[in-house]
Amino acid sequence: MSNVQPLKAESIHLSYGTLQVLKGVSLTVNASEGVVLLGANGCGKSSLMRVLNGLERPQQGSVEVFGKPVTGARGSGLRAIRRQMGYVFQQFNLVPQLSAFQNVLLGLLGQRPFGLIGCMSPLASAEDRERAMACLERVGMSDRAMHRPAELSGGQQQRVAIARMLMQSPTIVIADEPVASLDPRAGRQVLELLWEIVRERQLSMLCTLHQVELAREFADRIVGIKAGATALDAPAETIELSAINALYETA
Amino acid sequence: MLPLKLLNYLPLMPFMKPHNTTNPAMPPRFRRPSVVTWVIAISFAAFFIQGLIAADVTLDRLVRGASNIVRFLGQAFPPDFSRHESVAWAMLETLNIAVVGVTFGCLLSVPLALLAARNTAPNAIVRTLARFVISVARTIPDLIWALIFVVTVGLGPLAGILAIIMDTIGFAARFYSERFEEVGKGPSEALTATGAGRLSVIFGAIIPESFASMTATSLFSVEKAIRSAVTLGLVGAGGIGVELSTSMRLFRYDQAAAIILLILVAVIGFEQLSSAIRKRIINGEGVPQG
Repeated sequence: MSNVQPLKAESIHLSYGTLQVLKGVSLTVNASEGVVLLGANGCGKSSLMRVLNGLERPQQGSVEVFGKPVTGARGSGLRAIRRQMGYVFQQFNLVPQLSAFQNVLLGLLGQRPFGLIGCMSPLASAEDRERAMACLERVGMSDRAMHRPAELSGGQQQRVAIARMLMQSPTIVIADEPVASLDPRAGRQVLELLWEIVRERQLSMLCTLHQVELAREFADRIVGIKAGATALDAPAETIELSAINALYETA
Repeated sequence: MLPLKLLNYLPLMPFMKPHNTTNPAMPPRFRRPSVVTWVIAISFAAFFIQGLIAADVTLDRLVRGASNIVRFLGQAFPPDFSRHESVAWAMLETLNIAVVGVTFGCLLSVPLALLAARNTAPNAIVRTLARFVISVARTIPDLIWALIFVVTVGLGPLAGILAIIMDTIGFAARFYSERFEEVGKGPSEALTATGAGRLSVIFGAIIPESFASMTATSLFSVEKAIRSAVTLGLVGAGGIGVELSTSMRLFRYDQAAAIILLILVAVIGFEQLSSAIRKRIINGEGVPQG
């Protein structure tokens, strides 16, 4: 498995009706590498992330996760691939009626034979319950285990969402603007936590960001998308600021 | 839509002067109704007048009706509670019919609603089929369901229970499925992304989000079921309606009055209870998520 790239996307084309969003984006993420994806609003970053996970089907191109094709995969094959990929959303996407603890347990949903039955708090195994608590502990939220999302701040909700991702024990993490809906301070703290976890578990990560400084600070490699195509792909330390700024200029 | 339309008329309001008198054309105060509007208005008027004529509404009949209702009330008061034992048993049977029928009705509504909602149905054919079943259950009135089941399973509470089940499905399954369709797709997508199967996603994200609204709908169904269970006895499907129709047919209006009072107390009592529970559930929901 070590020779195969965790994530490899080749010439992805995606359009909604007549609107062409992605026009041949290629991208790879190597083992334990943190890649930041930059690009202006509407350049197709989020669509690309959704394609990588199979939430969206591209018209052309291929995505491979550890050498297994995501595009074209269906049913249990697709679910097996998704199980290795943790996803962190901009809007957290916690189930609002459930406690933080139960939300974290739901990270196991794809891994237990009877799905939900194995991950409901009253029925889950003692081992899983302990692990969920440890995940909450890792993100500093164990004292809020019984709180509902609405009772938590945005930063705290994202921490719970990160704990849910941890519970899934993925090898690849996809984070779609994880701090875009947080204030700068909370955003930085959450981002630091996310990268710390990714580094300590040697996960591969692909993360979209809006803050260029944060991207340069955290990323191993920066990939830029402009007008639906890859416009930039280089190690973070060698990239000039002007090259990044060019991504945001209107053509 | 309407408020926007009203905005168009704002410049015409008498206390406002037009800002710019060189405007191309002043919008008219009134618009000529379209042909369709005329056709609808005239056919409505025709139906209405024909209905009045067919009902043979005359002053003479209204006066006689008024004196009859005075006679009825005179005979109904004071209400006669002497048959309280059998009436009480009949009331209990009514509540039994309502509760048992509504429980099965709500349970059956969940899978039907899942098959009928756009975001949970496996495919368009199943969805159309489920919607058809639900709308048939809703369009046929409860009394007619009761008549059908009296014919098929015989007189008594079982026919009433089956009628309530059908009536509840028509109501609850529709509202459940509409609620499912309103659920935001974020949490479902997050669970799908963990590699979970479809059923797990539905029961892990969509059902919890709909749960409060489903409980409220179910309580409404119970209220509705108690009201219909009262009348189902009129066609022989068990419950207190049997007692009521017997008393009325024997011209024992005082006994009928006692039964009507009891029904009133039971229905109002349950409505109070259920709205109290609903309020608690809705308050327990917490603030909406930002």
